[in-house]
Amino acid sequence: MLQIVNRKDRFILLKKNLASFWGIYRRNTMGIAGLVILVCFALMALIGPYFVTYTSAAEGIEKVLQPPSAEHWLGTDDLGRDVFAGVVIGSRISLVVGLAATVISMVIGAVIGIVSGYYGKTLDALLMRLTDIFLVIPWLPLMLVMAALLGPSLGNIILVIGITGWAGTARIIRSQTLSIKERPYVERARAIGSGDLHIMLHHILPNVFPLIFANTILVAAVAILSETTLSFLGMGDPTSISWGMMLHFAFEMGAVAFGAWWWLIPPGICVVLVVLGFTFIGYALDEVLNPKLRRR
Amino acid sequence: MAEVLVRVRNLVKYFKTSRGVVHAVDDISFDIEEGKTIGIVGESGCGKSTTGRCLICLIEPTSGEIIYRGQDICRLKRSEMKKLRKEMQIIFQDPYASLNPRKTLLQIIAEPLLYNKIIRTKDKFAIEKRVLELMDKVGLAERLINTYPHELDGGRRQRIGIARALAMEPKFIVCDEPVSALDVSIQAQILNLLKELQRDLGLTYVFITHDLSVVNHFSDDIVVMYLGQIVEKAPADELFENPLHPYTQALLSAILIPAVGANRERIKLRGELASPIDPPPVCRFDKRCNYYCQDCDNGVPPLLEITPGHFVACHLVKPRGNATVKAS
Repeated sequence: MLQIVNRKDRFILLKKNLASFWGIYRRNTMGIAGLVILVCFALMALIGPYFVTYTSAAEGIEKVLQPPSAEHWLGTDDLGRDVFAGVVIGSRISLVVGLAATVISMVIGAVIGIVSGYYGKTLDALLMRLTDIFLVIPWLPLMLVMAALLGPSLGNIILVIGITGWAGTARIIRSQTLSIKERPYVERARAIGSGDLHIMLHHILPNVFPLIFANTILVAAVAILSETTLSFLGMGDPTSISWGMMLHFAFEMGAVAFGAWWWLIPPGICVVLVVLGFTFIGYALDEVLNPKLRRR
Repeated sequence: MAEVLVRVRNLVKYFKTSRGVVHAVDDISFDIEEGKTIGIVGESGCGKSTTGRCLICLIEPTSGEIIYRGQDICRLKRSEMKKLRKEMQIIFQDPYASLNPRKTLLQIIAEPLLYNKIIRTKDKFAIEKRVLELMDKVGLAERLINTYPHELDGGRRQRIGIARALAMEPKFIVCDEPVSALDVSIQAQILNLLKELQRDLGLTYVFITHDLSVVNHFSDDIVVMYLGQIVEKAPADELFENPLHPYTQALLSAILIPAVGANRERIKLRGELASPIDPPPVCRFDKRCNYYCQDCDNGVPPLLEITPGHFVACHLVKPRGNATVKAS
């Protein structure tokens, strides 16, 4: 009598897998710390902007450059805007730009890495030289030049960060692909008649995926930092407020000279915390997702 | 006499390396009859696995022909080859490495069915039905359908490999050392399973192994290979009773006898396996052979039919004159 595994059983199986993943993950203190940080910032970016107002003070000079108080938790800037509100609103742009750029660079990195490792020979040599070029060119000047050429808009910033950040990923994915394509199950797949695309999608991709995933988290940290840098240097979109943009304005308007520390430090700390959160999760996932390190 | 399913003619496979050309398989010819099992034996590096991979076109031969049902498979187009793939399958040696660790048993066995569009991807019910059928055929319990390969033991993993090879209802299966990675007790189970499947489904096997005691019970014909060449070819019984090539004699004397106090006299070989890189055109066994004499360096010995069905490649074994090399 055939017993068919139905959809419900599959769902239970999925739930079981997730539960066991969580069981391992939550024992990792670093990972939990990172997760807590990121969840806080994600909530802030999602719902925070609906609770704060970030507008210039209309009623005069006494509202400008105020130190932290009960009314303005983090003081006000040169236009009398609430710095706390700026930090909350800025989190949305910072995170969106960082994550979108990460997706772009991971897709480019994974495709180039897998194709290069799988096909080898001339194609591999060509793609890897291209990767080397992107690795050795100092990324900051490259980003600045590209951003300057493309013009300051949110989409361009995402694109610029995305296409400068994939090289390291491509290298890592390629080396893993080189190892996987020699495994007997790939030969076995060829024996059933599988083509290259099928093997890359169904055998190589699932096996490099943990690496892509762990790498994504680390690249995200760099992408957010890059966004801050570009905005700070004035290459960002001045109409969308991000942490980097706040730092840019604070620096331009002479926050240091005024001694307005409350204007400079909060966005800076936010950037550091988010980067730290991503890095923590990255290290934790590396340990959890690697089946060899996984305890059963 | 059964119909010949696969005809191998002058198969050659060289690998170019930085140190020279490796003669992995050097001009071998043999026939495989439908429904029979042909055993290929030899030590590591003698080219037996390369031969197996060439047989199902996993690697392309340097020259020579492999004729499957009248078609030379080395010269087929991709699309034609894809059709033939369904008929010819391979079972690999290492059941640990040859299964993708990230796929469940269901996914592994269903892959050939889905890829070759034997069953549509959407038809989940039909897929599961077929997979369970195959699992039943190879003796895997239904409850294992959602397990991952690393949760199973070697014998069960090899059963998965067999189920997967059977999924497309092949006619011809190359078994590349299917039991060498398994415990002896499990070896017997897998061998019996293969035997049963052959009887039920009319399969033709090429059975590659270095273990003569396995091949003895399993094969109809045996091909003994040494450094890329066939040194002896005979029906299994004939080969075991009357081995003519000195290398075969040495191999057979190395089989352990499972009896207390049994002590067969072993023929010990000198030296080590010669390098397969650019070998000189002499008998490749010469320096290790106990019967080595000057005649042996007179070119590569041809494979000659000594008695009907029994072929030997040795300068010292001539048709109807084999007394010279009878084991002392």
